[in-house]
Amino acid sequence: MDTPFIPGPQQRKAQAIFSQAIEILITAVVKAMGYSAIVFVIMIFYFLMSEGIAAVGEVPLSVLFSARWYPIEGYYGILPLIGGSLLVTVGATLFAVPIGLATAIYISEIAPRWMREVLKPIIEILAGLPSVVLGFIGIIALAPQLRVLLDLPTGLTALAGSILLGLIAIPTIVSVAEDALDSVPRSYRDAALAIGATRWQTIMRVTLPAARSGVLTGVMLGVGRAIGETMTVMMVTGNAPVMVRSLSAILMPTRTMTATIAAEMGEVAKGSVHYHVLFLIGVILFLISLIVNIIASAMVFRVKKRAERILS
Amino acid sequence: MNHSSKKRMVVQKVAFAGMSLVASLTVVFIILIVVYIFSMGAGAISFEFIFSAPYDGMRSGGILPAIIGTFYLTVGTAVLAVPLGLGAAIYLSEYAPDNQVTRIIRIAITNLSGIPSVVYGLFGLGLFVLFLRLGTSILAASMTLAIMTLPVIISTAEEALRAVPQSFRVVSISLGGTRLQTIRKIVLPEAMPGILTGVILGLERAAGETAPIMFTGAAFFLPQLPTSLTDATMALPYHLFVIATQVPGMPIQIQFGTALVLLVFVLGMNLIASIIRSRARAKRQW
Repeated sequence: MDTPFIPGPQQRKAQAIFSQAIEILITAVVKAMGYSAIVFVIMIFYFLMSEGIAAVGEVPLSVLFSARWYPIEGYYGILPLIGGSLLVTVGATLFAVPIGLATAIYISEIAPRWMREVLKPIIEILAGLPSVVLGFIGIIALAPQLRVLLDLPTGLTALAGSILLGLIAIPTIVSVAEDALDSVPRSYRDAALAIGATRWQTIMRVTLPAARSGVLTGVMLGVGRAIGETMTVMMVTGNAPVMVRSLSAILMPTRTMTATIAAEMGEVAKGSVHYHVLFLIGVILFLISLIVNIIASAMVFRVKKRAERILS
Repeated sequence: MNHSSKKRMVVQKVAFAGMSLVASLTVVFIILIVVYIFSMGAGAISFEFIFSAPYDGMRSGGILPAIIGTFYLTVGTAVLAVPLGLGAAIYLSEYAPDNQVTRIIRIAITNLSGIPSVVYGLFGLGLFVLFLRLGTSILAASMTLAIMTLPVIISTAEEALRAVPQSFRVVSISLGGTRLQTIRKIVLPEAMPGILTGVILGLERAAGETAPIMFTGAAFFLPQLPTSLTDATMALPYHLFVIATQVPGMPIQIQFGTALVLLVFVLGMNLIASIIRSRARAKRQW
């Protein structure tokens, strides 16, 4: 200590009270910061609702749930947009889940250690690629290829969106599923191998079923990311808000909810009907992500509880 | 070896081969994307491209305002999100009781991380730009990005704090340290590399995002650099979007060059995070 001053009992007491007060104050601040996440979720919902709910009063429900989105003439049918989001997301899921799971199983169960150390950072790079860069590649490289390959009038289709969204979902699926597989106790595998199962049988019949809910969580979170993805789909799906009526729609341009907000928000007047409807779409997206995440975290929770039961 | 076990080994071989094929194709594809952008974009990179402003309807010149803008937005996001996220992580790891409220906080954090980026954009527009009258500005965009980045920072920082062994805390407390002293002098320094990694990965996402800043602070084209927090700014991701879709007759070189600079920005942060992580792992003694 560089102060030559030696505190008497009086000062020491004052100092103790002072540092205690600081401790209490900082604890309170830290606690408030801890609660901030709840505040933000409520605030986000409140601000979306405060603008979005007006749309329900301004646009008759029969128009809102119609098949025509043409805001300039007052057609605010959101069904084609919901359909577009579903189409692209389902396409992305079909593409990303098998690849994501296979990659996760390979990394966690099959690959040698050095291989794992190489693969994981590369998958992480994919997670870090800005969506606008993927969209750019979609426009420049993927869409022209698809157009020639499938002989389409344009390559900017739901299919192009699905493929790129699949790429965006893959890292999430891989990392969560791999964590889940990794946390299956060693003894499970040893027991299966000891009674004569091959490594493959052990993976399929023991490890994967034991990690089931974690793997499902990864799939859900990946799909959740795909639904919410904006820039990539806006750039590569051709932006045509048409109703999805058959499977061939995957080869045609489409328009998702997210892309609609991003493409049109910049041009609408604040407080107009169009503005309110776009916020209403935001509310729908918010609720979808809320549901997906609550289900996903409930699943993680169940796993933890079961693990605790087994340990006790 | 009998017949059925031979068959099982064949099945295993085929399955393993299939899995490793899928995994390697995925990885090769990722590498291809990066290499493609690097090789196509490298030709556009020049002193002028990095250090001058665009002109001629953005069809010539450089992208300096966009680079600077993305730098500002990333710093702004860090200034706002890091203290708050770190505080929340400290609360969750060191103070929070295991009860219903804490569970709700955790659910809220997961939800924040799942909200689509464009919805953050709407929220930022509604709250910061219009309600708080900040206008489309660096401030409004940074605030929007900060809230979006918060869950990443909280969860990675909490994980890093929890990884510090309990015995460190016990020793500190038993030597007469208060809880706060223990956190400040023992737990935080030990967890710092992990926290930094998480912060950088969170900021990496923020730097690459377009949708949240589209209506809150990003400008289509600005001839001069922003001079205050209330100015709008150009930003790399939004600029790439604009020149890839909105400007007809845009030279492909400039598009690839912009994509490359954005990629270097983002992958550079990723690289720094990995270096910090592997260094800390090598040095750690517990």
